[in-house]
Amino acid sequence: MALYTDTVMDHFMNPRNVGEIPDASGVGEVGNAKCGDIMKMYLKIENDVITDVKFETFGCGSAIASSSMATEMVKGKTIEEALAVTNKEVVEALGGLPVHKLHCSVLAQESIRAAVKDYYDRNGISYDPEFFREEECESCEE
Amino acid sequence: MKVYVDNAATTKMSRTAIDSMIPYLESVYGNPSSLYTIGQEAKEALDKARADVASCFNCSEKEIYFTSGGSEADNQAIISAARIGERKGKKHIISTAFEHHAVLHTLKKLEKEGFEIELLPVGEKGNVTEEQVEKAIKDDTCLVTIMYANNEIGSIMPIREIGAVCRKHNVIFHTDSVQAAGHVKIDVKEQNIDMLSISAHKFHGPKGVGALYVRKGIPVSNIIEGGAQERGKRGGTENVAGIVSMAAALKEAVAHIDENAAKMTEIRDRIISGLSEIPHSALNGDRENRLPNNINFCFEGIEGESLLLLLDAKGISASSGSACTSGSLDPSHVLLAIGRPHEVAHGSLRISLCEWNTMEEAEYIISEVPKVVEYLRNMSPMWKDLTSGKRQFIL
Repeated sequence: MALYTDTVMDHFMNPRNVGEIPDASGVGEVGNAKCGDIMKMYLKIENDVITDVKFETFGCGSAIASSSMATEMVKGKTIEEALAVTNKEVVEALGGLPVHKLHCSVLAQESIRAAVKDYYDRNGISYDPEFFREEECESCEE
Repeated sequence: MKVYVDNAATTKMSRTAIDSMIPYLESVYGNPSSLYTIGQEAKEALDKARADVASCFNCSEKEIYFTSGGSEADNQAIISAARIGERKGKKHIISTAFEHHAVLHTLKKLEKEGFEIELLPVGEKGNVTEEQVEKAIKDDTCLVTIMYANNEIGSIMPIREIGAVCRKHNVIFHTDSVQAAGHVKIDVKEQNIDMLSISAHKFHGPKGVGALYVRKGIPVSNIIEGGAQERGKRGGTENVAGIVSMAAALKEAVAHIDENAAKMTEIRDRIISGLSEIPHSALNGDRENRLPNNINFCFEGIEGESLLLLLDAKGISASSGSACTSGSLDPSHVLLAIGRPHEVAHGSLRISLCEWNTMEEAEYIISEVPKVVEYLRNMSPMWKDLTSGKRQFIL
């Protein structure tokens, strides 16, 4: 079996929604260079709906594919629906990821949430900080 | 265009190597330990292969032990020297920080047994000196194990000089020569080598076969217990076809060593100069003192696995020291050992040639790699931070 599913390879070779939104409503960046992956998510939000989304990723094939898939999963959705997207759903949509690459799907979930959190912060909207806590990564301690 | 440039990982078998093994699969399939004709014919083939391998390194056939590959040879060499040292109360071993894991993990095992392991730093060019080795040698040093040439960055160690220092202090010197054998001239006598490991599939031979040279007079410990094969030092019916094929491949490589090196060096240098034009990139390892077939670069702002996948889509097979390609969290220990920070080490590319690569392939690589690097940089938030000045360039 190949390392990645056809869906992962498709999203890696032809990533959707790559780039930045200069006037984004919220921007989230997760991961770090030391670990070898950084994901940056830009959301355009109008009336609680994500009208546009773009991403930039430094990372491996599954990191790029996970970000691409995550953008497709939240585009046109309400904030509430976007926050409900889990890394498991990203993995399922990709048709699976190798076990040691599951971390990439977690980053995808976290980058969406980090962008929403930024939107909340910019607009003085209150939220439960615990929900937006990023997963600890033992290799990322700096 | 299909371009295979991962010859440090493994090579395509040569016609000579394939043809030489067929008779031992098809007709001379006897067990070399059996006394009937096809057994004894297999035994003769083994003897001849042993003599051929020995002649390539200027040693006696009695000093060659066949193994299942380079890793087993490394394990056996190190364990043998450790057991000799142990009996004399000597438990200090000197090596380097950027050895192959077959060496490093064996040393780690010995450390748990109470051996003191000293890993010499290799500097930014990936080299150790005989002075470093001499300084590290203590009264209880039982082994110096230093690779002939590094598998990732191709730097070549001063083997003869290190060997001389070890001889002077009466310390066993082992060199993991898996990347060097068949690519550079090796003479165990002239270079003061006590133990040497090789692997057939790095010089167009088959996988799963290797050899260990151990200088006469040094007792060898078993890794695999069994019958009387390999003079009792390695149990298990010999891989006759594989061993015959390894000897044929090695003889051929050694016979053409100069012309192959000249050809690969020219291609190597073309690729190095071409890829050096990519901004914020750096060659890893020594520019001059390196294997004729090795090219290794770091490209800042990108990650190696995605680089490899995109190159694969263009027909180029290469490798990277990125963590994502190793399945571990850390990038290559070799790149970290020469001082590359994690974030840069993740963006590495190794191109390793064989004599069958062409200048046309080199030009293809030089035209495709920069495009892929640029594409990945354009979607990298790290690259954006570097170019906007938010993050400082390292390269």
